[in-house]
Amino acid sequence: MENILTLLSFGDEGWGDEIFSGVRVTISLSLATLPFGLLLGFFIALGKKSQERQLRIAADIYTTVFRGLPELLTLFLVYYGIQIGLSELFELMGLSFRVEINAFVAGMIALSLVFSAFCSEVLLSAFKAIPQGQYEASAALGLRPSQTMWFIILPQLIRIALPGLGNLWMILLKDTALVSVIGLADILRQTGIAARVTKEAFLFFGIGCLLFLILAVLSSIVISAIENWARRAEVNR
Amino acid sequence: MSMSDSLIAPRAPPATVKRRLSRSQILGYAAIGFWIALAIGVAFFLIGSWDPAFFALYGPKYLSGLGVTLTLVALSITLGAIVSVPIAAGRMSRNPVLRALAYSYVYFFRGTPLIAQLFLIYYGFGTFRPQLEAVGLWTIFRDAWNCALLAFTLNTAAYQAEILRGSIESVPRGQHEGAVALGLTRLQTLRKIIIPQALIVALRPYGNEIVLMIKASAIVAIVTVFDLMGETRRAFSRTFDFQTYIWAAIIYLVLVETLRNVWAILENRLTRHLKR
Repeated sequence: MENILTLLSFGDEGWGDEIFSGVRVTISLSLATLPFGLLLGFFIALGKKSQERQLRIAADIYTTVFRGLPELLTLFLVYYGIQIGLSELFELMGLSFRVEINAFVAGMIALSLVFSAFCSEVLLSAFKAIPQGQYEASAALGLRPSQTMWFIILPQLIRIALPGLGNLWMILLKDTALVSVIGLADILRQTGIAARVTKEAFLFFGIGCLLFLILAVLSSIVISAIENWARRAEVNR
Repeated sequence: MSMSDSLIAPRAPPATVKRRLSRSQILGYAAIGFWIALAIGVAFFLIGSWDPAFFALYGPKYLSGLGVTLTLVALSITLGAIVSVPIAAGRMSRNPVLRALAYSYVYFFRGTPLIAQLFLIYYGFGTFRPQLEAVGLWTIFRDAWNCALLAFTLNTAAYQAEILRGSIESVPRGQHEGAVALGLTRLQTLRKIIIPQALIVALRPYGNEIVLMIKASAIVAIVTVFDLMGETRRAFSRTFDFQTYIWAAIIYLVLVETLRNVWAILENRLTRHLKR
């Protein structure tokens, strides 16, 4: 028992601080991905509900591709694709140096792509839940389309989409574990290093799982708080 | 009374108004153009790096990898379906201890990444090697394939238990009451009234779960199982040729899209009596 406590302590003997830094990396990667994914997903959803057929088809291709590819494969495609692509581009320009892309950035791009594809589906169904009358009434009041979106549609959209977006956040949190494969020092990688060095694999991977579980519990508390906040104006029924 | 004695002279039709391209139209063409350009680019890249030797060498490996992926998914989905039944029963049980146990199982497997569960089983069980050797189970847990199958089965069982529970609870109360009024036993009610209605509700989530498992199965490549992703990684590490990943992407996309469409047809067919 004491042995385990030493292993987990912060400082030189224990792995506590290493694992804690992994937790920080996991949280910052998911938080950094979220705004890009949401924004991209919002525009894809707009494309899907557009009047223009071309826009709808293009948006559908986007979701088909990024929902159909395994997350791990998307990650590798982004990670190696950008490196190879940029290297060849520089070669064409007559420059020759190897491009190395940061695992954090590659993870952020890949997870944003995946997240936005799923997010656009959630937002699209939320869009469909808003009655046409809302648009008509706001046109009758003389609001411009951008104003309609900002003042009338978005507040309702967020309220309707929140449960779905909460689920996507949980999935995003779990998907960040994949980025450890390309070398990001997140929870899984740090616990993995600790497991290899100390030969206590079950202990450390168990702790890794536990940390993800704690993050999930914390997120669900925050999400339900946000949902309550968003619903504060609704009638109690 | 006035009468017109001549018709209005025929006039040229109004000039057709040339509608300007709207912003979203331009955007739409640009977006489609982007995808077409990308498709052509990928096609040119694949044609440009066309190498019969590559196909002779890696084509069969990709196929065997695909076979491994499909076997793994099929086995774990089936085994998971069996394991999910007692868990779903536990979730709906009146016994609070059973309910708490089933709930923690589901919460654990749905709240942690599958890759962490896989590592926990594959690397973690190595800690208990002496004990496992004593029971004679070590040979099972030494093999990455078995560990992956175990992790996937346990993981999908948690998800499938929730699908099963949700769909059974979606059957209206009146159906239970009607069955009781007809004097059916509990087992009869379950088998003849509840399950057939629940499975129709569960059809779509089950399809999604299979797609998710196909996608998730790519992570077994990390614990040295040579599924489609594993073969791809091996081919890439030997050739440093980016087309390895592109071929994998194409195969995965075709696989997932085929399954999705087949499932949609299946669902359409099985729910045809509900259409009005």
